[in-house]
Formats: sequence, structure tokens, C-alpha cells
Amino acid sequence: MTLADVLGTAISSLGSNLLRTLLTMLGIIIGIAAVITLTAASEGAQQGVGEQISGLGSNLMFVRPGTQEEGGIQIPGQGVSLYLEDSRAIEEAGFEYVDSIAAQSTVGGPGDFISASVIYLGQNKSTVLLGTESSYQYVRDFYVARGRFLTEEDITKKALVTVLGAQVADELFGTEDPIGKSVRIFAGAGGFGFGFNFTVVGVMERRGASANTDQDDVVIVPLPSFQARIAFIRDPQGRTNINQINIKLADGDKVEQAKEDIGQLLMGLHAVEEPDFRIESQSDIFATATEVERSLQVLVVSIALISLVVGGIGIMNIMLVSVTERTREIGIRKAIGAKRMDILWQFLVEAVVVTTLGGALGVLAGVGATEIAERFEIGGETQYAITPLWILVGFIVAGVTGLIAGVYPAWRASRLDPIEALRHE
Amino acid sequence: MISLRGVTKIYTVGTQRVAALNGVDLEVQDGEFLSIMGPSGSGKSTLMNIIGCLDRQTEGDYYLDGVSVARLGDNQLAMLRNRRLGFVFQSFNLLPRMSALDQVALPLLYRGATNRKRASAAALTLVGLADRMDHKPTQLSGGQQQRVAIARALVGKPSIILADEPTGALDSKTSMDVMGVFRQLNQELGITVAFVTHEHDVAEYTRRIISILDGKIVRDEPNIPTFEREAIPVEAAALMPEEGPS
Repeated sequence: MTLADVLGTAISSLGSNLLRTLLTMLGIIIGIAAVITLTAASEGAQQGVGEQISGLGSNLMFVRPGTQEEGGIQIPGQGVSLYLEDSRAIEEAGFEYVDSIAAQSTVGGPGDFISASVIYLGQNKSTVLLGTESSYQYVRDFYVARGRFLTEEDITKKALVTVLGAQVADELFGTEDPIGKSVRIFAGAGGFGFGFNFTVVGVMERRGASANTDQDDVVIVPLPSFQARIAFIRDPQGRTNINQINIKLADGDKVEQAKEDIGQLLMGLHAVEEPDFRIESQSDIFATATEVERSLQVLVVSIALISLVVGGIGIMNIMLVSVTERTREIGIRKAIGAKRMDILWQFLVEAVVVTTLGGALGVLAGVGATEIAERFEIGGETQYAITPLWILVGFIVAGVTGLIAGVYPAWRASRLDPIEALRHE
Repeated sequence: MISLRGVTKIYTVGTQRVAALNGVDLEVQDGEFLSIMGPSGSGKSTLMNIIGCLDRQTEGDYYLDGVSVARLGDNQLAMLRNRRLGFVFQSFNLLPRMSALDQVALPLLYRGATNRKRASAAALTLVGLADRMDHKPTQLSGGQQQRVAIARALVGKPSIILADEPTGALDSKTSMDVMGVFRQLNQELGITVAFVTHEHDVAEYTRRIISILDGKIVRDEPNIPTFEREAIPVEAAALMPEEGPS
């Protein structure tokens, strides 16, 4: 028998019982579709995170307060241990590799117990209130698109001026020009809080949303104005708590040295043995994010592979039933001259054809499901990226599954005694 | 040519040894038209399986066209079945959901032959099914299905066709038609045809009746086939002594 004959026999046999063939394929179809869709989602997320982090600006370092942990659970807002004075000290230390510094303090961010909102003409938008310095846009490489950013003068005068994120400007003003308008900014917790009127002087450029924060959903005010109005960010010693010091390095190669120097300086200031703060570079964050994404992908792929294995077991099951059901057919084929290898090949090729066909349908289903998810924005703004690699992997895995699932039933079929098989009802 | 000498087949059922065949000697020349008769359990099916190279004897020798079958491996037996032998069964044993044309071409497929469709069509024409080639078994009557089975048995130009109760599932009119097809194959193509049956009507249709009982050949006699007795008046035929064992 030639390969074409074996294929022809397998295909005509599969075609003669379409329902059984379809049921056999179902597990593989679902498995491969799951592999394609899930990897597309995780791949897309990974690319998204990569873009976001590289969008933060190069040579960037962040100093953040150490987070107090209890039983492995991080408690937000606790253990605040970073002050505006720390930022000033780093500036005054005059490290030659530090290009510029901007301290920032936020309320209303994710997990923050204080919420912030901005009100214009009765419209109320919940947002993140960010107090910072004039160097912020340069340090974060995040510039104003219309009007102007905060100036040194705004800082020293504690001016009641604000720069709106693109999202906030869109939602509150629509097509109206926000520059020069007065908005009310409110910050508080549990119904208590403080509200003040600020004049809009600028609108930031659009940055896009990242995994958990929308950089365009922000209201930026001078840090001293923020400190002066919002009492609970000052500690009993009169120091000003801040959330983060953004440091732009002149030289990206000095990240490790900068971490060391700044760490020593701050530990001295805080009079502690162990750092009560964290220093992270952009590449650290990137590495962490990549690691998170990678483990997510491992998880996703293992789920998909498990579903493939289950599909494979389903195929083996149906093939075994099929061998029993077709015992008589095998007897007839042997009586008219089929050799063991002919029978073995027939069943093996049937299994591989079923799974490969199932793989192809699975790829189509997966691509289709991804398209649908993208079009109807299932999963919010999740980006999907279908990779040819995973399509190929899906195909190969499907074929191999068929081969493995088919070997035992095919071997059983080939070993049947022709007389016994012919007698089988 | 078939030659059996002292062929014995012993089945072991649990601890008991049962002899299905017990020292069978048999010579069949090319072109014979014969039947092997016996009640169920007599060993006639075992004999047919051994002659058909589906089974092997425990003792004794079986020569098919001078070749000792006992020495052959599974693949060589499969090849013998494919090239030298044709099988026709009581229950037709056609593959479901496969057209007559493909069905009949199967033995040629396992031979790796080309031009299979043409040979298959020729065989179907020979058994009178030229207009039923695309029909599947479920679309054919019992007699037509058995004709497809016969076409499948003869398509490979075998020297021997073994038919196991070929008319067992057919009514008497259809049975006679099917027997006629076998007779035609024997007379026109010179194929050896051996029936295995317990029906007198079938046995009487052949030129040699071999009776088997308890694994032994108890009678082996020539017979005037019924189709050659037609000249004899019906009354006279009724008075003729019965031949063969009961």
C-alpha cells in the first residue's frame, strides 16, 4: 500500500462517519483554539507592558517608601517613610550622574484610601491627584500638549493652578478649551475632605493606559499647593510625606552605583540599618513585569496544554471504542489480504488526520475567537497578538497528540486474530 | 492444488484439549467444484479456516500449490489470502458505508495494484452488478450484497474461492441465482470453488461432497450436480436414493 492509499483509506473511513469524526476532533479543536487565544492575549499583554515601560522614559529611577507587610499582605498607606526632605538631600548631594529630580505625591491612586475627584460645572470625575515639581515633565519625559506646565513660580507661590491629563480634559470639557477655566479639586476619605478651586493652565499629551493605571487620568498640581491644602500628608514632625522621587540619570550605566549611593544617603537620613524605602530602576520594573508576564504565559500555556492532553485522551478513547466497534471490519480486511502493518497504518493515519484536521479547525476557531474578543473588547482594552509560532506549535502538538493517542488503538487493531475478528458481532 | 496430510487442530479451552480436526487427509485438484458438509461443531469451519490460511494446524502438513503453509509467516499468509484465495461469507461481510466499486477494489488495494477501479468494475459486471457499482451495502438486496462479496473474492483472480454458507442468509430463489454465479466462475474461469455448508441443497449442487464429523472425514464421494440432473423427470428424481449423509 502506498502512502496515498493509506491516506485515502483513512479519509474515506473518517468521512463515512462524520459525527464520530467531529466528536473525536472536538477536544483538539477546543485545545488548539485555547492555545491560540490565550497566548494571543498574554503575548498582547506582554507587548503592551513593554511599550508602557519603555514609555516611562529612559534612565529613570524611582525611590518609593518601603511597604509594610503583615503576613505577606501589603498594607497600602502604611509605613510611609519618604519625605520631600529626602528629595532635597539627593539634589544637594550633587551626584554627577543625577540629571534631574522630581518629587511627587499622589492621592486617589489604586489602593489608596483617600480618593480624589475633579468637578467642573456639576460634572464630577474621580481621578488621581498628583502634586509635583516643575521638573516633572522633563524627568518623566511626559510633556504638556496645550497651554503650559507648572513653573518654578507656581511652586514657590503655591499657586492654585492645575494641568489636566488628556482623559480628564476630554471627559470634563469635551470640545471646549479647558485653558483658563476654573475646576474644583476635592480630596478626602469617607465623606470628609477638602475642596479647592484651581485654574487650568495646561493639558498633558496622551500616554495611554497601562496594566493598572491610566496615565491620562490625572490632575497635576504644584506639590506645595497640594501639601498646604491636604493636611493628612504631613507627619507629626512637620515633614512632608511623598510617594515617590523620580530621578533621571545622565548615564544609564550608573544605575547600580546610583542605587548604592542614594540608598546609603537615605539610610543615613532616616537613621535606619535596613532600608525603609525601595529604589527601582526602569529596567527592574521591566524585569519584574516581564517575569510576571512570563509566569502568566506559563500558566496560560499549561492550561492550554492540559486541555490538549485531555483532548488527546478523548481521541485515544474514541479510537479504542472505534477499534472494538470495527473489529469485524478489521477481520474482513485481514481475510482479503491486509497485513498487520496495513491495519496499523490505517488506524494511526486516521488518528493523525483527525487531530491535524482538528488542529486546523482549532487554529481557525482560535483566530476567530481572538478577532471577536478584540472587536467587542472582551477583556477591556486587552491587546491580542496572534503569533505564527503558536499556530505552528498548536499544529505540531495536535499531530503528535494524534500519533500518541493513535499508537495503542492501532496496535490493538493490528494484533486482532482474523478468525476472532470475523466472528465478532 | 490443495493437499492436506494428517492435519490436526487442537484448541485448549481452560485445561481441556479439544481436537477440532483429527488427522484430516484431503486432496483437491485445480478447478474442482466441491462442498464440505457437516453439522455444526463437526470441524468444517476449522478446516475452511486452515485451507483459507486464516488459521494454522497444530499438527500435519498443508501444501497450497506445493508450498508448505506451516512455514510461512503472518505477512506471507496475508499475501496468500490476497493473491490465491477468495472468501465469501454467510453474512456477506461487506464494509458498511462503502460503495460496491470500492468494496471490490479492496483486495487490489492491499496488493498495491494500479487500475483498481477498472478491475473492480469488470468483476462487478461479471456477477451482473454493472448498474449497481456506486451503491452502498444498505442500498442493495441480500442477493446483490452476496454478489458484491463474490466479485470481491474473484477480483484478485484467485485459484480458490472458499464460500462459508454463502446462501444461508438468502431465500431459495436468490440462493439458486448465487449458486449459479459460483458455477459460472468454476466453469468459465476454472476457479476451484469449495462450499462449507450444512445444507443438502448446496452440497447436491456440487461435483464432490466431503462429509466431516467430529473432526474426521467420514465420506468423500463424487456427485452429479443438480443442474446436470434437470433432464431427469421430476417423478423419477423423487424416486432416486438420497446421496450424502443426513
